[in-house]
Amino acid sequence: MLNYILRRILYAIPILVGVNLITFTLFFVINTPDDMARMHLGVKHVTDEAIIKWKLEHGYDKPLLYNPEAEGLAKLTSTIFFEKSIAMFVFDFGHADDGRVIGHEIKSRMLPSLAIALPIFLLGLLAHITFALIMVFFRMTYIDFWGVVMCVALMSISSLFYIIGGQFLVSKLWHLVPISGYGSGLDVGRFLLLPIIIGVISSAGANIRWYRTIFLEEMNKEYVRTARAKGLPETIVLFRHVLKNALIPILTGAVVIIPLLFLGSLITESFFGIPGLGSYTIEAINSQDFAVVRAMVFLGSLLYIVGLILTDISYTLVDPRIRLE
Amino acid sequence: MFVSFQLLVFLKEFLRMSPLIVLILFLTACNGAIWNNPYPSNDSGKNILYNAFAERPKHLDPVQSYSSNEILFTAQIYQPPLQYHYLKRPYTLIPQTVDRMPIVQYFDEDGNLLSADSESTNVAYSVYELSLKQDIFYQPHPAFAKDDQGEFLYHDLTREDLQKVSKLADFTQKNTRKLLSEDYIYQIKRLAHPKLHSPIFGLMANYIVGLREYADTLGKEAGAAPNNVYLDLRNFPLAGVERVDDYTFRIKIKGKYPQFMYWLAMPFFSPIPWEADRFYAQAGLTKKNVTLDWYPIGTGPYMLTENDPNRIMVLERNPNFKGEFYPSEGMPDDMEKGLLKDASKPLPFIDKIIFSREKESIPRWNKFLQGYYDASGIGSDSFDQAVQVTGQGEATVTEAMKAQGIRLETAVAPSTYYIGFNMLDPIVGGRTEQEKESARKLRQAISIAVDYEEYISIFANGRGIPAQSPIPPGITGYREGKEGINPIVYKWQDGKAHRRSIEEANRLLAEAGYPNGIDNKSGTPLVLYFDVTARSADDKSLLDWMRKQFRKINIQLVVRSTDYNRFQDKIRKGNSQIFEWGWNADYADPENFLFLLYGPQRKVGSNSGNNAANYDNAEYNRLFERMEKMEDSPKREQIIARMVEILREDAPWLWGYHPKDYALYHSWYNNVKPNKLSYNNIKYSRIDSVLREQKRREWNEPVIWPVGVGVTVLLLSLIPGIIAYRRRQRAVGLRKAAA
Repeated sequence: MLNYILRRILYAIPILVGVNLITFTLFFVINTPDDMARMHLGVKHVTDEAIIKWKLEHGYDKPLLYNPEAEGLAKLTSTIFFEKSIAMFVFDFGHADDGRVIGHEIKSRMLPSLAIALPIFLLGLLAHITFALIMVFFRMTYIDFWGVVMCVALMSISSLFYIIGGQFLVSKLWHLVPISGYGSGLDVGRFLLLPIIIGVISSAGANIRWYRTIFLEEMNKEYVRTARAKGLPETIVLFRHVLKNALIPILTGAVVIIPLLFLGSLITESFFGIPGLGSYTIEAINSQDFAVVRAMVFLGSLLYIVGLILTDISYTLVDPRIRLE
Repeated sequence: MFVSFQLLVFLKEFLRMSPLIVLILFLTACNGAIWNNPYPSNDSGKNILYNAFAERPKHLDPVQSYSSNEILFTAQIYQPPLQYHYLKRPYTLIPQTVDRMPIVQYFDEDGNLLSADSESTNVAYSVYELSLKQDIFYQPHPAFAKDDQGEFLYHDLTREDLQKVSKLADFTQKNTRKLLSEDYIYQIKRLAHPKLHSPIFGLMANYIVGLREYADTLGKEAGAAPNNVYLDLRNFPLAGVERVDDYTFRIKIKGKYPQFMYWLAMPFFSPIPWEADRFYAQAGLTKKNVTLDWYPIGTGPYMLTENDPNRIMVLERNPNFKGEFYPSEGMPDDMEKGLLKDASKPLPFIDKIIFSREKESIPRWNKFLQGYYDASGIGSDSFDQAVQVTGQGEATVTEAMKAQGIRLETAVAPSTYYIGFNMLDPIVGGRTEQEKESARKLRQAISIAVDYEEYISIFANGRGIPAQSPIPPGITGYREGKEGINPIVYKWQDGKAHRRSIEEANRLLAEAGYPNGIDNKSGTPLVLYFDVTARSADDKSLLDWMRKQFRKINIQLVVRSTDYNRFQDKIRKGNSQIFEWGWNADYADPENFLFLLYGPQRKVGSNSGNNAANYDNAEYNRLFERMEKMEDSPKREQIIARMVEILREDAPWLWGYHPKDYALYHSWYNNVKPNKLSYNNIKYSRIDSVLREQKRREWNEPVIWPVGVGVTVLLLSLIPGIIAYRRRQRAVGLRKAAA
């Protein structure tokens, strides 16, 4: 398994270089280093001289991908792409264009993102699987039918509606929790309660239906018939046998997103005033801060790759037939 | 079976306990606690101002900071030498850290002193002498902390020292010192620092003697030195500034530039002590984001004590601030409005300001209504809820707002939003004299056709006034009433300005060579191109409206939407035809608006011009050059009037509108007078925190019955499931065949 993991890690390097190259190309198709300089110097009294100085100071004075004036390997290394990319592979994200250290910023924003995303993920998984199993247990009854109707209804509503509606009812009308904000220490709980409940409910429709489908597929397998023939109660069949065998597709969807929980959620964090990473990339795109965009895309890709490796490992834990060679 | 049994036991237990749970919730609700209070409960009733900000500030170093979302903080912390009078209108400069207004002396090429009214052409240099008050101290700061031997404690931090530090508050020792003239000199030098990229360096280098050369000197020094090394600017003299003594300094300006006085009221000219620059230059601190750009150090009424721009920014009263008092005179109606009740009382009134980040308007608005923000702007989605227009056309708050004691304050911003014509374009600008004359009439016709009264009513909820020239209200040169109207677009009837008719626009269009919108020469319909920055779907109606305005005179308008960078590029290269643009005043002088149409400021062919229309009129340019070097006087006003007249005739812009800012304030917020050019106004505000606490409790009593109902409904919904479960468990696979 170790060999397999090492191989996967080595495969990740060209993927990360490729992602970085695509991000770089897309960004600079839209923005030139001159545009970036203008944006950061303010639009009002910017001189050409100031733009040149800004580019020089921030390392944007070189060609983008290929330097024809350089000699030998420097044709590729004396470029903005190379100079801005290489440090990221040792997790040195450098400075944002406003002078702040990106690594420090990411570290300080990661925890609030995780504080909201992790409970939503875990509670959601627990609640959605439980509801899906209940619906499977009552399959072909009016409970299953109305459950599916409810799931479709929940899926059809925009997540923004849950947030605005939840804030309106719980915070504005009933005054039970703050509308938005974030605290420190234990006080943080009352700020997280509503977004977590809303997060679990808003994703319930799609997830429950998905898990229900997986369970139903398992229910028709022969081992289930055997278990029933042995006289096992339906609850044991469901929770002991079906749930275990349905874990592979569930893990495929769930484990891969665990590392990405660090990156937060744009809408939830914006509406609830959670100081997480959710809006960091969007804000950087708006302010043409390539250093941040590049760092966040790199981190996103890396975490996704980590998620995929973790998924593979988790398969071996739930299915003894799988070996990572 | 086991699961079912457990579930039943749990349900029974829960139902038994539920009255107790509801009772606990009820008692908690009755003990007076406010559940939805987003602030710590021990802050209740304290003299704190609560405010919100949407965009995180990027720079808090006054040498770089230029956005309104940054100046909101820096203006409370830093003190430039001058400030605007809080109550007087038009905007008037008064001393802030200086003991009197700067003395200005003029000199010729040979260094001879000239009289104050000398012609600007004779003036080679102006010297501004500033004399500081002698009892101003900086906020407590670790950069000033010294040990028993008089050595700075934190100027040479070791690796071990740095390990204990993650933010500025981690430094336990703090000290202060007096404000000295060298601090202002230090900051003027920083404008030229190669690593700081001050947005006004290019402009100031044209005026402050030796500043451009100074930047070259520093550039060489910084280039030769290792990265991030501290550059002690005290060792590099700047020709244009002179320290007379500890409290007096002079600034030497090329020629005559009366507007320089206004720059002295902007944070760019705030004092920076060298100790702070030295302290923050330590590489270990930069790595932890502890920089001067992030942790300001000032002499103002407040100091930044918590800096988390993604969540909260906290300003607290600077314990060393003293000697400033609430103004005792203002405008005639200020007394009536209660704005002079606190006359001559020491400033500031508020102990602490908490700025919370609210990215979305809905939560911000609701928190304002709950009393958790003391003031709020009005978004378009909440406008109807907040504001109603009376029969006389006056905006006032709705009954619901009135019931909460909320009041509305309005002020026309010193800004202008306009649509410009590219004067280099052959159709709307013209190349030959004949084409130019034709284009002028075309522009005049369009100026009549585009109905800005309607625009303001539909798209700005009435928040704005149609512009008659580039100069907004509150700035010298703006005139009210009949004298103030643009006669090309309006006529004065029944004591009001009326937009000229479409027939008149059509007549002008025919004279321009496009009768009924058909080009006389080619016989084809006239098509014009409107360049805008990328729009959301929400703006479709606005662009449709604009097309409709042009269609009134049979002109087809084609909208060309691009991203902001491409749009800027088009304007710089003169590749646009008609475009939208705006300008916010830097200072309260008409020069700051009229220069937007000064020929040498053209975008095309200039280094950093702001004349996006590329308008170039010889008479206008000549008058501008005279006017910009004059002090305010009736003669200057005459020149400005003539310049405005030329502009109206030439119509290089559709003059657009000046936005009107609406803001709501709770009843406990006192001493509010909107001042759109000055941002250091929080020191004048006063809060009745007892009233606020009382209202908050009244408005936010927890409503707990929905929790009980919710839990009951949830439990009841489980019953059919349990019944179905039990029925299924009792069911048999095969029934005995009937006998």
